[in-house]
Amino acid sequence: MTTLLDRKLLFVTGKGGVGKSTIAASLGLLAAEQGRRTLVCEVDAKGNLADFYEAGETAFAPRELQPNLWAMSMNTEESLKEYLSLQLKIPLLAKIGPLARTFDFIANAAPGVKEILTIGKLAWEVKERHYDLVVVDSVASGHIIGQLTAPQGINELVQVGVVRNQTQWMLDILTDPAQTGVVIVSAPEEMPVAETIELADRLNTETKVDLAAVVVNRVLPELFTEREEALFESLRTPDRIGALSAAADGDVAPVFDAAELAVTLRRTRAEHLATLRRALDPTLPMLYVPYLFTRSHGARATRKVAELLAEEL
Amino acid sequence: MAARGKAPAGAAGSSSERARTLEQLLATKEIVISCGSGGVGKTTTAAAAAAMAATHLGGKVLVLTVDPAKRLANALGLERFGNVEIRVPDAAFAGAGIEPRGELWAAMLDTKQSWDDLIARHAPDAKTREAILANSIYQNISGRFVQSHDYIAMERLYEIHSSGTYDLIVVDTPPTRNAIDFLEAPDRMADFFSSKLLRWLTAPSKSRVMNFASKPFYTVADRILGSQFLEDIAEFFSLFQAMAPGFVERADAVTKILSDKRTTFVVVSTLEAAPLHEAEFFIDALDERRLHLGALVLNKVLPSYLRRTATTGVAKRLCSDADALAAVVPGAGDPVDAARVLATIGESFLNYQVVAKREAEQRAGLARTPDVVAAVPYFDADIGDLSGLLQLGDQIWR
Repeated sequence: MTTLLDRKLLFVTGKGGVGKSTIAASLGLLAAEQGRRTLVCEVDAKGNLADFYEAGETAFAPRELQPNLWAMSMNTEESLKEYLSLQLKIPLLAKIGPLARTFDFIANAAPGVKEILTIGKLAWEVKERHYDLVVVDSVASGHIIGQLTAPQGINELVQVGVVRNQTQWMLDILTDPAQTGVVIVSAPEEMPVAETIELADRLNTETKVDLAAVVVNRVLPELFTEREEALFESLRTPDRIGALSAAADGDVAPVFDAAELAVTLRRTRAEHLATLRRALDPTLPMLYVPYLFTRSHGARATRKVAELLAEEL
Repeated sequence: MAARGKAPAGAAGSSSERARTLEQLLATKEIVISCGSGGVGKTTTAAAAAAMAATHLGGKVLVLTVDPAKRLANALGLERFGNVEIRVPDAAFAGAGIEPRGELWAAMLDTKQSWDDLIARHAPDAKTREAILANSIYQNISGRFVQSHDYIAMERLYEIHSSGTYDLIVVDTPPTRNAIDFLEAPDRMADFFSSKLLRWLTAPSKSRVMNFASKPFYTVADRILGSQFLEDIAEFFSLFQAMAPGFVERADAVTKILSDKRTTFVVVSTLEAAPLHEAEFFIDALDERRLHLGALVLNKVLPSYLRRTATTGVAKRLCSDADALAAVVPGAGDPVDAARVLATIGESFLNYQVVAKREAEQRAGLARTPDVVAAVPYFDADIGDLSGLLQLGDQIWR
């Protein structure tokens, strides 16, 4: 089986708050350390990809952060300029004055312009083989379908012209499962699971882009076996708590309360996880990343998650 | 308007006294906009606040959501709900053992339908309306592209509010790329219609001589997009231009309602770094625009006993002296197993303490907080009915 990182273009998406950017940054780091020339591109306007590597600001021009690892931030206006000068040989500044000035307007008005400039730039990097792998810290799951279907939409709207020709090769790359895949990042909670199931379904019915894997982030550890849980309950009687508190030189009750909370949290999450597994194609790879109790941000967390992902791959 | 339930003392309509609880805040407002990053419980918080207002303040309360999750409908005792508001049945309240003072209504934003309604309202005649509805660019904008959700949510809010049907509308905002997108959506829409470019684009379809400035644009655009697409665009804009004055006026009115005294924003977050960062960013954005920040609701907050320093030592001892401690509770089971359980719970406590302390630190680090800050503890189970919603509501209400 070819692994996830053997593809050329990975769109990492997921419901807000599940750790989509952490997973994208970690997949990029892992690929780079395995020797692949890797570009990680941030599409969301939040501009915090830099935080995950702690290696300074990223810009539209890719910057090498460490051997084999480049990072960039998408900027659709820059993408348009690059496109015009590279593809159409249109000299900059002079003739496109009105176009540049009103870019924002056009991008908001004409359907799919921002989307196509984003997808176009990423697909172009793949086409030109500038990198072995492009990892996209993509838009959240509510928007990814719109982004992925933009070339198709433009293809249907525009019957002739340069754009028509341009969208065809993009579609060829996007719809080839050997090259392109979507990674949905989820968490074992109700809404992220529901959204993951819905997105997997929509990817299948509304796009021709392959779902490569689901990464379940923040999986809580199983605290007890069934036997241990019974023992835990039998330890939790008032007299035993009293005896333990006396021997431990302090009240142990909060420690037991916290354990119960941990068990409850784990249990409801396990149910959501089971729902997710049942709803997805059994052959779809699922990677589990445990909850990190230490840090949730920064280069150290990114490295830690990359190591955990390496074990899962 | 229906009579509004009596507000608690000191809160009714008096602008000099600031609200100290969500109850006081909602008693003086007509529009509550719930915002924050995805996954923090924004929709549930909006629904819980609306249910509490209907229960305790009375009047007609509407929760307008953008979240299509069927679960919320079920929690409200409804099979499903759509663009048209429907009333939450009294039976749902009775099931929760509550007799509400007012009525709770719910609706879910249907972007495509709302756009079509908007066109129908602004189109000068039936022919224009049909032409727009059939235009491929229009269909793309209204159905597929995400920026249109932001505007339509605010537009629908305006429409419902100005109908005067409800005493209080609680609206849950769409997931945006950027939390402030929807604040700017009405302005963008107004710009869109008053833009010079709109006139350039519509020029050829009116067979006017292309002006000097627009010529290079067309040369470029034609090469990139092809002439059919340009014609589609031109048709779309030319049709829309007929409606421009109405749209601009409307978008301005929508902008105004956001800054109206009767409107307040409730920012929802968890104490995790990323959502909280976004919440702070949003709070600043509200401040910059002089919009009213009414409350901050913090969801999924870990219990405070996790932060007790005294317990840290106890937990450490459970890890290090597990064998000895297991010996003081004979009869609880196999001593080796008991020791393992004690060490496990000691370590688990320390793990969760790290998280709880980090969360407390995040909370203390908030630079600007509103008068009303409500913390909601972790719930054991997911909210599946109105009584669950009201239980959550109790946590934030007073």
